Amino acid sequence: MHEPTTTGRYGDFGGCFVPETLKTALAELNEAYGALRQDRQFQGEFQQYLADYAGRPSLLYDAKRLSDHLGGARILLKREDLNHTGSHKINNTLGQVLLAKRMGKKRVIAETGAGQHGVATATACALFGLDCEIYMGAEDVERQALNVLRMRLLGAKVVAVETGSRTLKDAINEAFRDWVANVNHTYYCFGTAAGPHPYPMIVRDFQAVVGIEARGQVLEKTGRLPDVVMACVGGGSNAIGIFSGFLDDPSVRLIGVEAGGAGIDSERHAASISRGTPGVLHGARSFLLQDEDGQILPTHSIAAGLDYPGVGPQLSYLRDCGRAEFCAVTDEQALAAVQLLCRTEGILPALESAHAIAQAVVMAPKLGQEGLMIVNLSGRGDKDVHTLAQEGGII
Amino acid sequence: MGKERIEQVFQQRAAQGEKVFIPYITAGDPDQETSYQLVKALARAGASVIELGVPFSDPVADGPVIQAAAGRALAGGMKVAQVLKLVGRIRQEETVPIVLLTYYNPVLQFGLERFAHAAAGAGVDGIIVADLPMEEAEPLRAALDRQGLALIPLVAPTSSAERIGEIAATARGFIYCVSLMGVTGTRTGLAPETTELLARVRAATTLPVAVGFGISTPAQVATVAPQADGVIVGSAIVKVIEAHLAEPERIVPAVTALAEELMAALPSKQLQEV
Repeated sequence: MHEPTTTGRYGDFGGCFVPETLKTALAELNEAYGALRQDRQFQGEFQQYLADYAGRPSLLYDAKRLSDHLGGARILLKREDLNHTGSHKINNTLGQVLLAKRMGKKRVIAETGAGQHGVATATACALFGLDCEIYMGAEDVERQALNVLRMRLLGAKVVAVETGSRTLKDAINEAFRDWVANVNHTYYCFGTAAGPHPYPMIVRDFQAVVGIEARGQVLEKTGRLPDVVMACVGGGSNAIGIFSGFLDDPSVRLIGVEAGGAGIDSERHAASISRGTPGVLHGARSFLLQDEDGQILPTHSIAAGLDYPGVGPQLSYLRDCGRAEFCAVTDEQALAAVQLLCRTEGILPALESAHAIAQAVVMAPKLGQEGLMIVNLSGRGDKDVHTLAQEGGII
Repeated sequence: MGKERIEQVFQQRAAQGEKVFIPYITAGDPDQETSYQLVKALARAGASVIELGVPFSDPVADGPVIQAAAGRALAGGMKVAQVLKLVGRIRQEETVPIVLLTYYNPVLQFGLERFAHAAAGAGVDGIIVADLPMEEAEPLRAALDRQGLALIPLVAPTSSAERIGEIAATARGFIYCVSLMGVTGTRTGLAPETTELLARVRAATTLPVAVGFGISTPAQVATVAPQADGVIVGSAIVKVIEAHLAEPERIVPAVTALAEELMAALPSKQLQEV
């Protein structure tokens, strides 16, 4: 459940389906990372930046008013929103940009959906003095304008991608095209635990800190393991990060919450695992939203960071072998969850993370008073106030 | 006929001291009938192999020109089954080798065995899959081998001599050399690494070698052709299609004119003797 095979397989999922031009670069990355994975100095440096710069460990917060309001399980929030840059994405970008520096790369590229990974990459590049270029779907540039400005302030060049559905999928396509042309001096800082091997493993490793911390914190705080660990799923990096800490605890249910958009029985959602079938996109075999001809379908979610037709291979595998469960909540449920968390706890969650909160709303009463649930609050919602004002009727 | 038909064409041309010209068009761009007419016209103009693109929604190895062509073809309802039907129709009149160029997912969803069988039945001779490197290719190659079809591999300037050796060992038909680091599209000049790459490929295999990516002008064709057995031109041709979308009756003559101009730049035995 933890480690891929040498060819990057998790069961039937994963692999490295890329143009030949990128094969050598991915082999080099695999080799460089393989060496640094065991390198105490590198790991020490990474941990140091997580602590001194990102502000780790993040809190495991007892959301009493939310729990009382829902009248069921005790809900603990893993506060990744409190990290520097406002989401879990900084864990991965500090690790990968350190790796890029060790590999002697001068330029870093990345894709971004909600802009959280873009901001976190731009931040790490500013910190380590590397050039940075971020690809972002034109639709996301519009709906996440705050993060675009942050990236530019941090010195990154932001490219609005006009092709395809003008969202995260197309930003990844364009970042791959850039990498194919500039692979000799450019590092591709992939944002989620998906893509060709070894990215799913690298991103999972750098995000595993979330689950390792959460497990220690919950035992310390409550003296027991939770019944449920919940996280939203786009590509899946915050989910696999927190799940990693509990994979070997069979009593802990791992629940991934996908973007149900206008409803998973409509054509406007991004629930790749709940409604998809296995296929190959962006370098790996995983669950995809596709038609019978293998063409990738357009997706929709109010949360730009979940608006993606695929999902990481390890999560695909965890679903396949039954270790993790997946469900979807709608845009409407997510918007209501934002409001609920604001009003009960004084915490403004990102629309992405609000999907996990929305599922907690559904499950907490069912688990009963004895239940214990950890919800990964993967990011904060400042970036979403514009969307909330327009679509939420909240402000 | 499959891979033999491809290999025979290279042999015949080589025996006559000639190079193989391989034009690319996306099947269904802008519609099936035009693609049918284009393949016939290109074959009759002297193209030795035709590369026919099977459109995919997310073509990561393609530049804007071929991305747009795939978009037009998909908007017109072009699917794998329709591409095979198109090839079947062309086969009733033409013997020119036809190679499909696509991405893995459409083939995977069609079913590897089913695809190999249907492609052979339609008269396809070979397949190039842009995102299927050697390590992942075995299941498709096995299925195509059973039908006698070629899985034509790509090699890139970043491919080491050792890796090229391994790729060549299971190659069928010819080897497709990606002449530059980047996506498909027209470029000025030719990358210096092309010559080095061709030397590495020559050292690793006796299979024919064709060069593509970024070749768009007669001058580029003239420069690269002496080093290879074949030259592939895609985006420059698709650009001509794109330029004539408003007057579709001019697409076939305009593409044919470009193909003739490019083929005239190929070195021939006669010219060398003069």
